Amino acid sequence: MLTNFNQKLYNRRRRANAQGLILSMAAMGLGLAVLLWILFVLLSNGLAAVDWNMFTKDTPAPGSEGGGLRNAIVGSLMMVGLSVLVSTPVGILAGIYLTEYGDQSKTAELTRFVTDIMLSAPSIVLGLFVYAIAVATVGNFSGYAGSLALSLIAIPVVMRTTENMLRLVPSSLREAAFALGAPRWKVSTLVTLRAAKSGVITGLLLAVARISGETAPLLFTALNNQFYNTDMGKPMANLPVVIFQFAMSPYDNWIRLAWGGALLITMAVLVLNILARVFFREKISA
Amino acid sequence: METGNQDMVSVAKRQRLQDFFFHRLTQTFSLLVLIALTGIIASLFINAWPAFKKFGLHFIWYVEWDIVNEQFGAAIAIVGTIASAGIAMLIAVPLAFGIAVFLTETCPVWLRRALGTSIELLAAVPSIIYGMFGLFVFAPIFADYLQVPLQKVLGGMPLVGFLFGGATNGMGILAAGIVLAFMVLPFIAAVMRDVFEVTPPILRESAYGLGCTTWEVVRKVVLPYTQKGVIGGVMLGLGRALGETMAVTFVIGNANRMPTSLFSPGTSIASTLANEFGEAADFHIAALFALGFLLFVITFIVLALAKILVLRTEKAKGI
Repeated sequence: MLTNFNQKLYNRRRRANAQGLILSMAAMGLGLAVLLWILFVLLSNGLAAVDWNMFTKDTPAPGSEGGGLRNAIVGSLMMVGLSVLVSTPVGILAGIYLTEYGDQSKTAELTRFVTDIMLSAPSIVLGLFVYAIAVATVGNFSGYAGSLALSLIAIPVVMRTTENMLRLVPSSLREAAFALGAPRWKVSTLVTLRAAKSGVITGLLLAVARISGETAPLLFTALNNQFYNTDMGKPMANLPVVIFQFAMSPYDNWIRLAWGGALLITMAVLVLNILARVFFREKISA
Repeated sequence: METGNQDMVSVAKRQRLQDFFFHRLTQTFSLLVLIALTGIIASLFINAWPAFKKFGLHFIWYVEWDIVNEQFGAAIAIVGTIASAGIAMLIAVPLAFGIAVFLTETCPVWLRRALGTSIELLAAVPSIIYGMFGLFVFAPIFADYLQVPLQKVLGGMPLVGFLFGGATNGMGILAAGIVLAFMVLPFIAAVMRDVFEVTPPILRESAYGLGCTTWEVVRKVVLPYTQKGVIGGVMLGLGRALGETMAVTFVIGNANRMPTSLFSPGTSIASTLANEFGEAADFHIAALFALGFLLFVITFIVLALAKILVLRTEKAKGI
């Protein structure tokens, strides 16, 4: 009797276990399938649009044939480049403050907390904010405003990764430098930051990957520009907004270009992400 | 001897000065984040003030978005935002839990890294790609293979039938919710995996030692131990889903009407901003700023709670 009951209970527990584990495996499978499906769709639609013209011609006017994405690619590169130039020093120095100076103080805790929230804050609201301070006041949309919006997204990423990487540096290294009589600023820049270099670069790469695909904050800061423009004081074409506009349009060549641009951005973002991981792992094991 | 000392003193003085400036410099940069936060809240509120002044708190539940007659209320957009994010959570949370369980318990160690990375890559795909994918690939399939059968089977049922009414063109609240689910899935899964790994091995091993199955260990040991962190991860995903713009704008249908069923087109706060802000003027801008302010406040609260819960789990790490 009792063994029978035990056997039943045992079978039930094993069934529940198998069910749970199979379902969890299915969830994993579904996640992977979606990633592969998205990549497949992008490649099959996007490769058809990638040709020499895409890099040499500007975005076509409504109804006209052909065209490319030159102005949008250049605009995106310039804006992302400028915001990297801005957010790298700001993010790294702020990260240094959080580990080397602020550490457990109340302000540092609060900053850390707010930074983490800014990491996930809706990017469109950041666009609204930049519109209010840099577009409405100046009177026109501009590449600078777009860069500013992107920097607001990149800075928290750089800041938090820098901080986390600096924390991994053993404190004996700091103490050794202090014992030699080095001042704090030299220890933080020439010893700790140098030791954490690869991790900090990983953070930078991730920040670039994050902002190169952002659309929402550019919609009403950089706006868009049908023409080739390298003056950041004027509205600037950029890949994400062009993709948004073209994908929603009724023109076939626009939609084709949108797929081409989408493929370009996704590949760039994925390559940056993989690079960041490989780079980080190699340095750690070395 | 004395000159040497003088040198030492001046070097020390110089270094102390340099240190002071470096300290203040880094501090200023880190305070920039706090300044940005206050700036965002203040500038949104100031720009939204005309709308709040005219409609008062009524703005939040007023069901009207009439640009021509300047009658604005946030209810339609708020309902669309919460409904799509809610659907996304219903789908994404169990899936993320499954993925986290797989990655921490069943997955062979040599595969863990590769699979974990691919889930993280899913998080790296820009949201506009999800939007395009939703519009061109998902929506047609969704219309033919999900909406039509669902409407046939459930559309005539009392009580719930109305949820499945309306046009089956692949757009709408439900479609937006599903696309959003896959967009936030990797964020939730990553947090859950991280907090699961925080569980002390000794707890896990004790449970196994008592003869628990893997599933029982997860359900009765790991999950209760990491409860707060898991809820934090879910709320982090919710925060993302509420504020997501591009993935939603492509598939929600963008109609300024109160949605009547899961298939009917609607709008979310973020997609209203994305669609209308470029062409807005005067009072319309103020109303859009008011929407943006509400969105920021809602997501801020959700994300802050999420952060507090995750922090608490991680602090409890060493028992």
